[in-house]
Amino acid sequence: MTLGSVPLRYKVSIDRDQCMQCMRCVDNCSYGVYRVEGDNILIDSRKCTACHRCISMCPRDAIILQERPVDYRSHPLWTAQTREDIINQARTGKILLAGMGNALEYPIIFDRLVLDACQVTNPSIDPLREPMELRTYIGKKPARLEFRKNDQGDVELATELAPNLKLETPIMIGHMSYGAISLNTQLSLAKAVKAMGTFMGTGEGGMHKSLHPYQDHTIVQVASGRFGVDIDYLERGAAIEIKIGQGAKPGIGGHLPGEKVCVDVSCTRMIPLGSDAISPAPHHDIYSIEDLAQLVRSLKEATEWKKPVFVKIAAVHNVAAIAAGIARSSADAVVIDGFRGGTGAAPKVFRDNVGIPIEAAIAAVDQKLNDQGIRNEVSIIASGGIRNSADLAKSIALGADAVYIGTAALIALGCRVCGNCYRGLCPWGIATQRQDLVERIDPDIGAKNVANLIHAWTLELSELMGAAGLNSIESLRGNRDRLRGYMLDEGLMKVLNVKPVGA
Amino acid sequence: MCGIIGVINRVRSVMDGSGIKKALSLMNERGSGEGAGYVGYGIYPDFADCYALHVFYDNLVEPKKKVDNLLEKWGRIVHQEEIPTYERPNLRKQHIPWRYFYKPHKDLMVGSSTPEDDLVKNLVMDINSCIEGALVFSSGINLGVFKAAGWPEDVADFYRIQDYKGYIWLAHNRYPTNTPGWWGGAHPFNLLDWSVVHNGEITSYGTNRQYVESNGYKCTMFTDTEVVAYLFDLLGRRHGLSEDLVVKALAPPFWDEIDTMTERDKKLNLAMRLTYGSAQMNGPFAIIVATSQSIVGFTDRIKLRPLVVGENGDKLYISSEEAAIRIMDPKVQNIRMPRAGEPVVGRLIV
Repeated sequence: MTLGSVPLRYKVSIDRDQCMQCMRCVDNCSYGVYRVEGDNILIDSRKCTACHRCISMCPRDAIILQERPVDYRSHPLWTAQTREDIINQARTGKILLAGMGNALEYPIIFDRLVLDACQVTNPSIDPLREPMELRTYIGKKPARLEFRKNDQGDVELATELAPNLKLETPIMIGHMSYGAISLNTQLSLAKAVKAMGTFMGTGEGGMHKSLHPYQDHTIVQVASGRFGVDIDYLERGAAIEIKIGQGAKPGIGGHLPGEKVCVDVSCTRMIPLGSDAISPAPHHDIYSIEDLAQLVRSLKEATEWKKPVFVKIAAVHNVAAIAAGIARSSADAVVIDGFRGGTGAAPKVFRDNVGIPIEAAIAAVDQKLNDQGIRNEVSIIASGGIRNSADLAKSIALGADAVYIGTAALIALGCRVCGNCYRGLCPWGIATQRQDLVERIDPDIGAKNVANLIHAWTLELSELMGAAGLNSIESLRGNRDRLRGYMLDEGLMKVLNVKPVGA
Repeated sequence: MCGIIGVINRVRSVMDGSGIKKALSLMNERGSGEGAGYVGYGIYPDFADCYALHVFYDNLVEPKKKVDNLLEKWGRIVHQEEIPTYERPNLRKQHIPWRYFYKPHKDLMVGSSTPEDDLVKNLVMDINSCIEGALVFSSGINLGVFKAAGWPEDVADFYRIQDYKGYIWLAHNRYPTNTPGWWGGAHPFNLLDWSVVHNGEITSYGTNRQYVESNGYKCTMFTDTEVVAYLFDLLGRRHGLSEDLVVKALAPPFWDEIDTMTERDKKLNLAMRLTYGSAQMNGPFAIIVATSQSIVGFTDRIKLRPLVVGENGDKLYISSEEAAIRIMDPKVQNIRMPRAGEPVVGRLIV
């Protein structure tokens, strides 16, 4: 039993009348909460992360979990978390690490936006009986079309379209690298996006060969560490994404601890076995917008201008102007990652305090690009805290073309958002490379669950659009008229360019 | 609801406004007596090379002075007068309808292939968004919009539209839900050569508005229909698309249909949908658009509003109701109902 100086975070107990001593809890907990002594299962609650693996595996529902059974004296400023962080840092003298997304209680703008529906003056459209079009193309689009007369005198199209990604639904899965997550997790996601006619990001970790059958549904990432990048990798992806920043930790690089760099990860990333993979904060060849434009062009040259190139940035204060700069390069899409975006590991101070919410970022970028008349130059992909189909619909109405989901897809695979991804012990086999844990995910079952989630959101989006009298996604995009702000302040409504409820 | 009707004489023979008045009045079931309007093409033969600007003034003191100054700065007012009106028991003058016959100084406009049109367009946008008490509701050459808040027959008699002779007429009988009683909210909506009458509600308005505004238009009339006029001006005039292609942009074929087309058509339709996705109009609508050369009628992609077409010799009729066409022209033939999204085009042949 470890003795701590702070109160227990979670208290685990077993209803001994119910328990049949099957030992599944002991076998499943990778954090070492349970151990067996004689006939007894002993519990070390201090090691619990509330990942719920034991609870979901217990055949008798015998496990009871309590959050903060003994708490600090309540205080509005010096919260339990604040006090614990200080105690922790006084002990270690280090930067605090944290997993998943922003955990502070900022208001959620999505929950203060409401959607519209038709009554009388225009009929709602029933998606069961009428066509409903969610097909989305991601990439550069011309501002206008040119036509010419051919030799026969027929008018024909003179404009050549840039390559676009064709999505059957405006939901993609964001970049989570092999290394940060397990191979079986990536395989589940890959099979799911292929089945649903959409795409996933590989993250900055190269592409393992078992993903090759799904490569036409992947977006390969080039980040500041350039891990796993070679011409073969670039050519395999359906699109290429340059990652400048990430919503969970804007302005800083990434860190994959050496413990997670097993043989396969080391080969895929092209780094030595067991070495820390540290991505620098900036790209060392990008110190200004024109450098970025050069890298976009270089990647396009390398792949013969056959693939769209995306640029991902964290949503920061000046996101709109930055996106306008990106739109002026040859980039095909700008990915904006809001401050609620998840991560395997981020300094807590960044995760909780840097960047802006995705809702405001989408609206600001869409508005700026429209004001400058260059909205067609890039697609907008929104990510960072998209929780359900309503968030998806609201994102599109604010101006996004499509969204990336991350955490939601992981929850579909078992993740319970315990936030300990950086420790590499994920009992659900997601954020780990330990083989016995990884094997807990069957990619076929995982793929089914993720595909189900995407399918369900797609159905709900169709219903929401039909109710609003829209039968194609183009007519929802940037249609702020179909949103109203509820209990939002005037300044924010101006940024979002939405009216208040009742107006 | 709303009722719409349009007619073109393809050899430019003129018709006086009495027929269209009768047709529109027949559709009173579709209106509520709170808005009606007409547009005639070819009605100003004496000023056939001037832009005819129709303006609603709240008074002739301040707003008119500002408009006059602005117009004189950018061109020459060839002639101006109050539009003759005849008050009805049910229709009193709420604004003073005024008309200018105007020639812009095209040398003052730089960077445009159609400098006169762009100059007039900018003037209309400026007056409507910046000068309180003035609303330009008609700005094309040799054409004019006449509209007010009232029943079709009262509005027609108020302006005596039977005294005007045109080769194209559009008319609209309004059942308002937005801005009732406001004269500016009645149809037709016009910008330069484009006039629009519309039955329905555009659920994609927010997207369409954003798109036209990012291309230099300003939506000032608090209604979804004006955006149609701007879309036609942007795609038809500035991008040079044919009427068929503009309709294809506004009410495109479904992806399921596109997927089964020949490679050439597939490529064209894909390019149209990708490029003009923000111009696509959603929601229930039947629309007739006129220019000095043609009229085009079309509906939304699942035809949630009615549209009927008929012909008699050189004349092509498009309307919400067959009965409206028949009362205007009892000898009408080839009555048919176009499919959803299918454009019906009547062009001048002389």
